[in-house]
Amino acid sequence: MSFDLSKFYQVFFEEAAEHLANMESLLVALDVANPAMDDLNAIFRAAHSIKGGAGTFGFTDMTAVTHVLETLLDKLRKQEMTLTEEMVSAFLEAGDAISTQLAAHRGEGEVDQAQIRTVCEKLEHLTATDVQSSTVVPHHLVQPAQTDDAYGFFESLAEPATVEAGYGFFDDVPVVAASPADQGYGLFDNVSVVAAQPVDQGYGFFDDRPHHTAAVESNQGYGFFTEVVAPATAAEKAAPEAPSLLAKEAHPNRRAADRVAPPAAESSIRVSVEKVDQLINLVGELVITQAMLAQSASQLDEAVLERLQNGLNQLDRNTRDIQEAVMSVRMMPISFVFSRFPRVVRDLASKLHKKIDLKTLGETTELDKGLIEKIADPLTHLIRNSLDHGIETPETRLAAGKSEHGTITLNAFHQGGSIVIEVADDGAGLNREKILRKARERGLNVSENMSDDAVWMLIFEAGFSTAEVVTDVSGRGVGMDVVKRNIADMGGKVELSSAEGHGTRTTIRLPLTLAILDGLSVAVGEQTFIIPLGAIVESLQITEKELKTVSGEGLLLQVRGEYLPLVALHEIFNIKSALRNWSGGIVVIIETEGKKTALLVDELLGQHQVVIKSLESNFRKVYGMSGATIMGDGRVALILDVTVLGAHHLEHAL
Amino acid sequence: MATDNITASGEAGAAGGEFLTFTLGAEEYGMEILKVQEIRGYDAVTVIANTPAFIKGVINLRGIIVPIVDLRIKFNLGKVEYDQFTVVIILNLHNRVVGIVVDSVSDVLSLSTEQIRAAPSLSSKLDTRYILGLGTVDQRMLILVDIERLMNSQEMALVDEAVA
Repeated sequence: MSFDLSKFYQVFFEEAAEHLANMESLLVALDVANPAMDDLNAIFRAAHSIKGGAGTFGFTDMTAVTHVLETLLDKLRKQEMTLTEEMVSAFLEAGDAISTQLAAHRGEGEVDQAQIRTVCEKLEHLTATDVQSSTVVPHHLVQPAQTDDAYGFFESLAEPATVEAGYGFFDDVPVVAASPADQGYGLFDNVSVVAAQPVDQGYGFFDDRPHHTAAVESNQGYGFFTEVVAPATAAEKAAPEAPSLLAKEAHPNRRAADRVAPPAAESSIRVSVEKVDQLINLVGELVITQAMLAQSASQLDEAVLERLQNGLNQLDRNTRDIQEAVMSVRMMPISFVFSRFPRVVRDLASKLHKKIDLKTLGETTELDKGLIEKIADPLTHLIRNSLDHGIETPETRLAAGKSEHGTITLNAFHQGGSIVIEVADDGAGLNREKILRKARERGLNVSENMSDDAVWMLIFEAGFSTAEVVTDVSGRGVGMDVVKRNIADMGGKVELSSAEGHGTRTTIRLPLTLAILDGLSVAVGEQTFIIPLGAIVESLQITEKELKTVSGEGLLLQVRGEYLPLVALHEIFNIKSALRNWSGGIVVIIETEGKKTALLVDELLGQHQVVIKSLESNFRKVYGMSGATIMGDGRVALILDVTVLGAHHLEHAL
Repeated sequence: MATDNITASGEAGAAGGEFLTFTLGAEEYGMEILKVQEIRGYDAVTVIANTPAFIKGVINLRGIIVPIVDLRIKFNLGKVEYDQFTVVIILNLHNRVVGIVVDSVSDVLSLSTEQIRAAPSLSSKLDTRYILGLGTVDQRMLILVDIERLMNSQEMALVDEAVA
């Protein structure tokens, strides 16, 4: 064919990347002693798909590597060889090699040919040492497979398990779960499957290589049946029996235990992120327009007002509904992020000679796509820290009466308007004395009486590390402050809790939505500012007697016996306040990073839901502001950065 | 077409192109028309705290927050007033939108390469780095400004240092 295939490259790249990710998760979760046939088949299919696709586009370097990989995988699933740990490592390396080749074809980076050769050699070597498996698991579902067609058969059975078996790890392929042809019955609907997903044009390509059609939908293999009709009918009869056989199968497969009931056939569409972003912008504009209407309406006379008010209330509800629906479009399950960690943990654990189990909970918790991308690095860092500093070596653990295997737990759940992500380990915990000592060495202001929480927060200071030895994994002290900053940039908070000898838990709290905020508008002089509602504890009117000073340096406010630092906004922003003296002014008490601060303003204006507009896209970062918004009258109001203001009194004397 | 050349002025004039002419004080300037997004009046500017005097603040331009710089203040061109005749030129510099306040705007002129001469190095309020050249049309001398370089420079304090 002489037409230009290059426009279809993008689809191939995306799918190949998904296959690779799928392969990696399966490999890492594989039980070497007793590998599940479903998994081996799925891994084989993933490799096969990549090979098929690469072949179509003429990427012969990739087909070469995947071919060697496929050969060995084929032997394994036919039970001609037994799986070894060495093979799993080799497969993982092969996956990495193919990734670099893929990246090179995409135009990013170069391929290290030596690496490719080493991997191929390793795989060939392993393939050649033909270890005859003495215990052939009487897999009644295995039939001598001469053609790929027969394997297509199994794929229909494997499909429900593979797709749903709580492999939260690789739910990153919505299309996978998407196929309406689940339960294996859709086998014969291959044509309609393709039609049902018109967006996945890439699948069409594979039709020119009949036995590679399976490759298309790694979990389906349904394409097989368009070519060979006869086996189809046989399979059709067998298919109804298959799920029950599968269910009865007493596979001591740990994943069978948490196989989630197949969800009602979810259909999904691939949509470009730009379209979704545009939708979100439009909804944001809708919110602003609606606010403007509400404001105009508030100035009309009663009778007209009532009808209008009803209409507006309805509009308000509709707008909120659309808003929620649109925001949820951008939400993806956090398993997208969690899925990469098993590999990280495995590689690092073996490097450090430690035994680590990774548990993940709450993988279906959803968060905004933008956050997913940004949270990956901080989480990776925290996990590496747990691995390196937290969990002790097996010997130390045994000596301490703990089990040899350390556990790192990742947990994600919704709480209030935020999403909470916890990284916990059952390792050695943080050493309070060491941290205090290090802090003193660095000249930080610490006292013996600091609460544990405050001591743990010291770790977030730049350059802080109590590691005796700097390894290439961690210890240099550049990590935690970056983590904190990244999380703060996302509008989140991070907290630590630890018990010496028992373990450490890091809790990250992130806001659920990035673009829309509930805020309190306040007036300072002639300007209007917005304070995020989530940070506000209370507001009150103050009188002289509640204002106190401390050694002339800081101004404090006494609230019910507590003394809070006072930050006068008109002084920070150099605005002429309408107040003649501070008493009679209004104070808004905010809570940031566990500490309360009192902000002095002139008056409270109202509560609004505002759309956050970026100040920094056209301007630079302004101290104390986290963004701007457009109010109902079209004017711009600035949104205060409460975290910065909360810390203001520490840095500047008033 | 006007080219985006950010080469140091001093080389034999910039390439020709179309320039929007505007006045600041007693002098006439020109900027590449392609960088101009729109021309507006001056209203409803929200002040931003702790910014230099020449940064008037930000406005809401159909949903985008755009900073406004008053070049008359920046270059100390005497008394500035804001009335219904005040002109704000909204620029789009590689997707960064900025507005500048000038005294007035006149026409769009096509200048050929021959009409543009290199600017001699003078110590003037406008550093010669930012001058593409001097254009001559009839009896008028137009100081052709590399508006993009000017707006992205440190002294404009519009851009964070890392970016500029």
